[in-house]
Amino acid sequence: MTATRPATGSGGGTDLESLTEIRLRIAASPHLRTAHSTPRIMWNVVGSLVPILAVATYFFGPSALLVVGAATLGAWLTERVFGARGSTRDGSAVITGLLLGLILPPGFPLWMAFVGGVFGVGFGKLIFGGLGQNVFNPALLGRAFLQAAFPSTITTWPVQPENWWALRGDNFALPLMSPSAPDVVTGATPLGLMKFEGVSTPTADLMLGSISGSIGETAGLLILVCGGYLAIRRYLDWRVPASIFLTVAVLSGVLYLIGPDRFPSPQFMLFSGGLMLGAMYMATDMVTSPVTPAGAWLFGIGIGLLTVLIRVWGGLPEGVMYAILFMNALVPFINRVTQPRVFGHPRREPRGAES
Amino acid sequence: MLGSSTFRHGVHPPETKHLTETVPVRRMPFPDEIVLPLRQHAGRPARLLVKVGDHVERGDKVAEADGFVSVPIHASATGTVKDICLWPHPDGSMAESVVIAVEKFSPQIPRPRIVPQWEGLSPQQVVEEVQKAGVVGLGGAAFPTHVKLLPPADVPVHTLIVNGAECEPYLTTDHRTMVEYPERVQFGIRIMMKALGVDRAVIGVEKNKPDAIARLRETLPDDLDVSVLPLTVKYPQGAEKMLIQVVTGHEVPSGKLPMNVGVVVQNVGSIACIGEIFDTGYPLIERVVTVTGPGVRKPSNLLVPVGTRLRDVLEFCGGLTDDATQIVFGGPMMGAAQPDLDTPLIKGTTGVVVLTKKEARSVERYPCIHCGRCLEACPVFLNPSLLGTQAQAGRYEEMEAANLMDCMLCGCCSYVCPSHIPLSQMFALGKNMLRKRQAAA
Repeated sequence: MTATRPATGSGGGTDLESLTEIRLRIAASPHLRTAHSTPRIMWNVVGSLVPILAVATYFFGPSALLVVGAATLGAWLTERVFGARGSTRDGSAVITGLLLGLILPPGFPLWMAFVGGVFGVGFGKLIFGGLGQNVFNPALLGRAFLQAAFPSTITTWPVQPENWWALRGDNFALPLMSPSAPDVVTGATPLGLMKFEGVSTPTADLMLGSISGSIGETAGLLILVCGGYLAIRRYLDWRVPASIFLTVAVLSGVLYLIGPDRFPSPQFMLFSGGLMLGAMYMATDMVTSPVTPAGAWLFGIGIGLLTVLIRVWGGLPEGVMYAILFMNALVPFINRVTQPRVFGHPRREPRGAES
Repeated sequence: MLGSSTFRHGVHPPETKHLTETVPVRRMPFPDEIVLPLRQHAGRPARLLVKVGDHVERGDKVAEADGFVSVPIHASATGTVKDICLWPHPDGSMAESVVIAVEKFSPQIPRPRIVPQWEGLSPQQVVEEVQKAGVVGLGGAAFPTHVKLLPPADVPVHTLIVNGAECEPYLTTDHRTMVEYPERVQFGIRIMMKALGVDRAVIGVEKNKPDAIARLRETLPDDLDVSVLPLTVKYPQGAEKMLIQVVTGHEVPSGKLPMNVGVVVQNVGSIACIGEIFDTGYPLIERVVTVTGPGVRKPSNLLVPVGTRLRDVLEFCGGLTDDATQIVFGGPMMGAAQPDLDTPLIKGTTGVVVLTKKEARSVERYPCIHCGRCLEACPVFLNPSLLGTQAQAGRYEEMEAANLMDCMLCGCCSYVCPSHIPLSQMFALGKNMLRKRQAAA
């Protein structure tokens, strides 16, 4: 057997004093990392939503800020109280709250927006185990909950009043009281007009945002720009919105060619309702979208198909939310079937029973 | 040329080679003490031949090969065996090592040739001499070189690929070898081609080393089919499978060896080493090492005796800066952090990289958000995100089904992960676990 080495490093006089004193750090390789971090991605998304919120406030007045603020407060507080310690710092709860607020009508009662935020984060995310574990987009789940709970309120679209400072509806309705705002005149959204009255809205209005609709969904061009920034910084996967837009454009283009009087035009389809915001910000939620590049294409095509189906033949004027939620549920399956071929494996591997 | 000079996926860490890429290799003076672990190569450790108090000459065997996949260890300096004991090993363990007190004022001059002249040797004899000289892969894995020179008779090998990619950041060991000893590289290629019986050799060099490419092209032999292939600068371009794909267009099948697609890959340092042993007649007792990083005062390329302690090397390079905090053997992507300054540099040590608090910082870990960056980085097309989830739950069988064994631990996934999940560390554990279970079964 062998003895252990002498305690001192021996070697007469070669020891550097400075070397004996330093404390060496031990870590597993790789010892280099990119500067990316999850909070950095999340806060960049938050930052890119600020212009959208600003323009919404310009069009809808202080109501927009109030509703978005209430939803964000609900989401943030829920994360703070029920989430893991320090988990509010990663910014994901703020994104959920902001996005939920942006897909609500401007005249929405604040307490309902708050409850939506609580539900979105609590039941949409935390109940699954927090960030990264959820199946469905929390903001959309919050909105789906609100739509089920308050179906008439969430489809009340106030028209633009003369005074910018005037509230767009019954923002301060008390909890559990049905909001009644006799002084608010409601106007239909472009999708509603199309669906129930067959009236189309000029595309320019749709792109710029001077229309009736949810707080953050109306300024299509701006959403494209903000989302484009995220795509360029690689904070979202461009394949998802690209495939959604392509699918919607192609499908509605074909329908429009068949019957221009019965079906809306592709540009109307693309820029109306929640498609822009949904495609750029909801469908691209990394947690609830596929991880494989091929999966991202499939996912986007599915959303595009379902959106057009619901809008044209479904009972609702808008279908983006349900399309995304439905495709969210398919993500684990999509991930599995779009797994790329591993290096050095045969081109077509006979796949037996896989766990 | 579009896309043909590289592989798919991979990452682009900062190269940071400017610290030493133009610094000529200097011979380091003999230290007072040499530590020679008996395990410096893949395979079985060498068998001890000396005892405490023995006098050894530079080049003497202190341990002999124990079987075919093993090589002997030679004294890298003349002196006296002072101790045989457990000593910190670069892999983090304590390993049986021979400690030699180097004789002061010894001329350390060459003894009569240990390795014979190459001319007239049969391929079989070349292989034997390569093993006797203790030659292993100098690119880091330290796989005994002679084993690669003896492919089974039924596996035809047609191409020798010389790996001069050196894709790890910071390291310039192979770079300087190619620039300063191109003739030795060509001589080594000649011997290897003869031993393997192949008629084609390709030297792959990343394009960030134009001087190395130029020097190798100047020295190409007229009578052999040897060419230099410039490679796209991307990590891990120097991974065996990636390099083979670029050179031949073939993927090494999962679980198979390069020889299954007709090639043998050797690190350019190992090739130069073979050229050197048949040239000088010395076994492998010294090697080129890059000592670099922002934490070392005088970044250098050194020719060091095998077994020189980290402490002596750092001292020769001017010591550490005040903010130095981590010392890595090998490159920063796959190298191992060293806790002990008495650890010796061994045959497979490609470099010593000293990082400061700026680079080597602890980062907060977040949950996986399924961003997919790791999938787009993985050069073998695994799903590190999924594997990471399985690893955290200890579901090793599922990891095996998800092709964990194809992972080569290059670290690309950990490098890009925004949630700072130590993916490749988890995969190293998982692979070990699966191997143990297979061995137990």
